[in-house]
Amino acid sequence: MASQPIRKPTRLEPWQDPGQTPYVRIDRVTKRFGDFVAVDEVSLSIHRGEFFALLGGSGSGKTTLLRMLAGFETPSDGKIYIDGVDMTGIPPYERPVNMMFQSYALFPHMTVEQNVAFGLKQDRVPKPEIRDRVAEMLNLVQLGQFAKRKPHQLSGGQRQRVALARSLVKRPKLLLLDEPLGALDRRLREQTQFELVNIQERLGITFIVVTHDQEEAMTMSSRIAVMNHGKIAQVGTPSEVYEYPNSRFVSEFIGSVNLFEGIVAEEQSDHVLIRSEEAGCDLYINHGVMVPPGTRVAVAIRPEKITLAKEAPAAADGRNLARGLVREIAYLGDMSIYLVQLAGGKTVRVTAPNVTRRTEMPITWEDEVYLSWQPFAGVVLTQ
Amino acid sequence: MSGLIHRLMTRGRGLVVAVPYVWLLLFFLVPFLIILYISFSEAVIAQPPFTPLAELVRDEDFGTTKLQILLNLSNYQRMFEDDLYILAYLNSVKIALITTLACLLIGYPMAYAIAKAPPSRRGTLMMLVILPFWTSFLIRIYAWIGILKGNGLISNFLQWAGITAEPFEILYSDWAVYIGMTYVYLPFMVLPLYATLEKLDPALLEAAADLGSRPFRAFLQVTLPLSLPGIVAGSLLVFIPSVGEFVTPELLGGPDTLMIGRVLWNEFFANRDWPVASAVAVALLLFLVIPIMVFQHVQGRQMEEAR
Amino acid sequence: MKRFGFLSWALWFGYAFLYVPIVLLVVYSFNESRLVTVWGGFSTKWYGELLNNDKLLGAAALSLQVAAVTATMSVLLGTLAGIALSRFGRFRGRTLFGGMITAPLVMPDVIIGLSLLVLFVSMEQLIGWPEGRGFTTIAIAHTTFAMAYVAVVIQSRLSGMDESLEEAAMDLGARPAKVFFVITLPIIAPAIVSGWLLAFTLSLDDVVIASFVSGPGSTTLPMVVFSSVKFGVSPEINALASLMMLIVSTGIFIASLLLARQDRQRARDEQMAMQGG
Repeated sequence: MASQPIRKPTRLEPWQDPGQTPYVRIDRVTKRFGDFVAVDEVSLSIHRGEFFALLGGSGSGKTTLLRMLAGFETPSDGKIYIDGVDMTGIPPYERPVNMMFQSYALFPHMTVEQNVAFGLKQDRVPKPEIRDRVAEMLNLVQLGQFAKRKPHQLSGGQRQRVALARSLVKRPKLLLLDEPLGALDRRLREQTQFELVNIQERLGITFIVVTHDQEEAMTMSSRIAVMNHGKIAQVGTPSEVYEYPNSRFVSEFIGSVNLFEGIVAEEQSDHVLIRSEEAGCDLYINHGVMVPPGTRVAVAIRPEKITLAKEAPAAADGRNLARGLVREIAYLGDMSIYLVQLAGGKTVRVTAPNVTRRTEMPITWEDEVYLSWQPFAGVVLTQ
Repeated sequence: MSGLIHRLMTRGRGLVVAVPYVWLLLFFLVPFLIILYISFSEAVIAQPPFTPLAELVRDEDFGTTKLQILLNLSNYQRMFEDDLYILAYLNSVKIALITTLACLLIGYPMAYAIAKAPPSRRGTLMMLVILPFWTSFLIRIYAWIGILKGNGLISNFLQWAGITAEPFEILYSDWAVYIGMTYVYLPFMVLPLYATLEKLDPALLEAAADLGSRPFRAFLQVTLPLSLPGIVAGSLLVFIPSVGEFVTPELLGGPDTLMIGRVLWNEFFANRDWPVASAVAVALLLFLVIPIMVFQHVQGRQMEEAR
Repeated sequence: MKRFGFLSWALWFGYAFLYVPIVLLVVYSFNESRLVTVWGGFSTKWYGELLNNDKLLGAAALSLQVAAVTATMSVLLGTLAGIALSRFGRFRGRTLFGGMITAPLVMPDVIIGLSLLVLFVSMEQLIGWPEGRGFTTIAIAHTTFAMAYVAVVIQSRLSGMDESLEEAAMDLGARPAKVFFVITLPIIAPAIVSGWLLAFTLSLDDVVIASFVSGPGSTTLPMVVFSSVKFGVSPEINALASLMMLIVSTGIFIASLLLARQDRQRARDEQMAMQGG
């Protein structure tokens, strides 16, 4: 499901460096519409050159937060700083920020060229410079030969690139993208994801993208903030939020997950043992948690981290080992999804890559199987 | 949602609202208040032809000055006592209702047929409905005079066909008014009906058919209820101005075709009785307030949906 | 419409109802005989008499001037009102404002006419303006009800317009006033043109309100037509009606041709975009 982040690892990421001051600082920002709290005391620090994703479902407040950064909405409480400057009271047309709209918002009565030049004209940039910068931008998004066309003469993918060029041509300190790939079809979307990342890396502009698509967020961004009900549920790199979700919500929102309820039986600094009736076995996890024995917790295990076998694995000590019946198999080509019903009734989702040909597949419907996983596979969720 | 745009435009924004607002207050709302005022005064032969309601009266006996306000209710009283007014009101409502019904009966099938036509042809068909609206209203009424006259086209045709021997005069009767008003207001009915019917998803009717509903039943149970907003909007758009209609009954109706618009006109122009004309207008307005508010509600909701 | 069923009949009946009177009117404008219902042979003499009727021509000139002024003022006021209604959300007094905008759409003419007349009379007494009644008072009265139609046209166009276009312009550095003139205005231009034409037609068509608020010496064309029609039909009016009809239908015909061409061009462009995409 989750593709690996395609960014090259650097030695020390800026958000890990305490000496770095954040480029964009959102300080306890709240936005209320009447009684409805759209954004609830959100604080975030985003660094120069980051590709930052705001991920959440509809109504999570991600778009409102983006619109506050652009200046279209005013925070009810809290402040936003961009490059150290307090943005309170600064209208959108004076902010060093540009936005790429979900609908692209291309001016229908202007050509591609005029659309891209619009922002520069507002700043009274000299004409020859406008011409050069527009041409350069159109070449960057490979639309040089479409300069004289009107928006309705372009395909969806081309319109998206015009919108991108128009928002980049002013070299904003910060580019905001509202569901930038939402209107594209699946194949185009994948290709465009890589293009966006390349352009961002070449120009070094800080991007903040709003998306509801977790795959999109994982592929493109350096860090993700998962939002829910106007609050930040978790901030981290794609692998952090995938591998170490801090809550049920995050674990279920990003990828799919199996959650086992259980009671902490043994708690040490290097491991925990959790007794789970749902799983029908003890869960051994090789990281400590800060909860006393007897606490109810949930353990999240990703489907791809569970191994299926017809026979019990050797050296099994009864921990991290469950038994069940295969109820459903979905063959997806590159992998298969198995739904296995445990003795206690819980259904567990397991994915396995189809390394061998399907005809040789040993496991089939109604087979009794063993499910096993490594001590590092589970994550204890205390929330 | 875009609270900021609003705030930003505060300065220019005030002006944007203020100019049309002040215009409407001055030329639409204030006049009604004046009419209300005049409706409580008495007619006199003067300029303007009515008495002021408030007067400063000097009382010589006590040497004091009093503000004396005289509300003359006789204009309203007259409307309840004189049959003419009540009959005119009732007749106006009757004619407006018949007009509305006739427009609905002719207009609904038209709107439905246009909405079901191939999309490429809908624009032209709809334009043909609106086109007469762009030509003069007066001339369209006038066109009927030649048709409905005693020696007019219908009469000549009926005589030629041997159906009647005598000239057959429809003009100067209630029937002529029904025909004329239906003719004039038909586009106002078709327009909102078409707008709702065109938006109707054809898959709904397919689904009804798929679930075993015959076309006529599907029409009654699916199309008709869903086009109700259009029916209401169209009916009000026809009914409200019809009640106060003046030109059509004046040109096509007979001397006994009583309509409140004509009564008002005559009180004003023939009798020069401004207070009674004002009282008639106030009463007409009170009667129309509820339909107008319903119309505004429907109109507002459609605007919301269009967003 | 494969079968010629009930719906088709209803449609054609409706069109016949709408157009037969108009066609007859035009046909009889070429009638030699003064009796409108008796065909006395083809003639264009009524058109000739029309051109010599100074009273009619003078009224027509006045009406056209009033209509042009009305249409222009209505577009200015109606556009502002449309913007206020569709872009400003809730503001103080909005309910009253919305009410005053939609009420003239259905308000009987006699009420509008009477109420404006008493206003003008009262104003003249209080502040001495307007002096008497004529061109100015007719134009003001017509603007008051025509601006409501314009406001509705503009409002519905603005509601259909993507608000993020305006936000995008602002995001790219344009101030609100500039956004309006560079983005909003060009996009709603067609609605403004049709609003102008609508207001023009409404003004040119009105007889009731004008009768109330006009003064001696300012008789509009519909008022002349109305008073002569009251005494029965006259072929001269037929000729006048036919001329007006000719002008209107030519205008609409040209407009629809232009629109159709634009549509075809647009369809071609979109196809090109699909293939080129």
